[in-house]
Amino acid sequence: MNFDWLPSGDLTLLKSRAQLLAAIRQFFSERGVLEVETPLLSQGIGTDPQLAFFTTDYQLYPRRQTMYLQTSPEFAMKRLLAAGSGSIYQICKAFRNGETGRLHNPEFTLLEWYRVGFDLFDLMDEVEELVNAVFLPYRSLTCTHRVSYQSVFMQHTGLDALRFSLTDYSSYAEKTGLAEAITICGTSHALWLDFIFSHCVQPKLNDNALYLVYGYPACQSSLARLNAQNPEITDRVEVFIDGVELGNGYYELTDAREQDERFDREIAIRRLQGLPDVTKDVRLLQALESGLPDCAGIAIGLDRLLMRMTQSSSIDQVLAFPVAKA
Amino acid sequence: MATYSTNEFKSGLKVMLDNDPCAIIENEFVKPGKGQAFNRVKIRNLKTGRVIERTFKSGDSLESADVVDIEMQYLYNDGSFRHFMVPDTFEQYQADDKTVGEASNWLKDQDKCTVTLWNDSPLSVVPANFVELAITETDPGLRGDTSGGGGKPATLETGAVVRVPLFVQTGEIIKVDTRTGEYVSRVKE
Repeated sequence: MNFDWLPSGDLTLLKSRAQLLAAIRQFFSERGVLEVETPLLSQGIGTDPQLAFFTTDYQLYPRRQTMYLQTSPEFAMKRLLAAGSGSIYQICKAFRNGETGRLHNPEFTLLEWYRVGFDLFDLMDEVEELVNAVFLPYRSLTCTHRVSYQSVFMQHTGLDALRFSLTDYSSYAEKTGLAEAITICGTSHALWLDFIFSHCVQPKLNDNALYLVYGYPACQSSLARLNAQNPEITDRVEVFIDGVELGNGYYELTDAREQDERFDREIAIRRLQGLPDVTKDVRLLQALESGLPDCAGIAIGLDRLLMRMTQSSSIDQVLAFPVAKA
Repeated sequence: MATYSTNEFKSGLKVMLDNDPCAIIENEFVKPGKGQAFNRVKIRNLKTGRVIERTFKSGDSLESADVVDIEMQYLYNDGSFRHFMVPDTFEQYQADDKTVGEASNWLKDQDKCTVTLWNDSPLSVVPANFVELAITETDPGLRGDTSGGGGKPATLETGAVVRVPLFVQTGEIIKVDTRTGEYVSRVKE
């Protein structure tokens, strides 16, 4: 008897998922945020060198065009915002090639929302309210910690995240049994931060509280704005529960020229690293030029949120069929 | 020599790390949503038995280690080496005390065991989970005591000492679990 056809997770978790989706829709409906759908299959794709995408062939004989499965709905949603949609949210699948593990499945579910007129701190308030609302039937978190990246980094490592010192970072790595970081990270500040934060800081954010870590160093800005008062940091926030990264949000960059330059920088990095070439999404740039309203937006991985709600140890448990059984 | 990428690391895979043969125990994919992907890997050094954790950049690779587990028959101890034979081919291998390690407590002539070979020389020896060995010396217990509580030490023919129930006597053959080093039962001849 072969049982390979069976789902990997517990059927009761399917009900929890349905409840979670219903609770999210109710949450945003009460706040007058509009649910939207944007294409999963698209002609453009993000330039982020850290995100590997899936490509597919669109065959419209005699033409043939490469199309992409979205790594996030961000660009399309920003085009809606620029067109005057007002605050919007979306629950959709996103695809990231090569990502698989206890916390990763290459196809996963995202909740992404944008709030017109919100800054990063308004957005954090709403994230806290949403998490508490959907957790309510399952578990209660003790509190919410809003901490700056620099302070939480300092607290757990004694290192200054904004001032890169190869000597200090290297000796910290040796002292903590992570000497391999010295070879892996070299002189890249951003790589050192990724390494140390994911190995030594993130696992400590696990005291049954919601963590909102904001003010990421400028070298980790992605699509966030640089902070108006302190250009060494960006208006970016990450969400953690039980040491698991759940989401990433920004006070959104609205400057088309700055966005264009960041695209060019990322495309140059992709070439340097021999990654697949991509063309920048011209329609997004046009939308930014026409004017993106001041807004804050965030994406939360719903599979992981469901894992933390139900205290499941592996993403496979909350999926009907993970990639190995798809 | 073949190489394995971090994507292929899975429990049991044998690879070379710092010039030593190692076995992967666990492989955790660590990736910040907007950052570099790493693999945090738990590895056992097959020479020392030590378990370490090591992080790799995702996509990096390690050379495979030519390590195989082969079931062999233990032949004899010549004083400096113990000799083993592959039953099918009659091929023989010798291993020093350091390689045999704690398995020497449980190896009796002719018994089956698993020998791990690295580049065709023995790296470690694992005895069968259960072995039957004769007791060479134990204090005479009280007759009629079958409770098994408490027990007493007994020296086996291999030199190993295990705790046995009071009613077990010198000359008897007992079954021992080699993973825990514990007495299981008496064996009727």
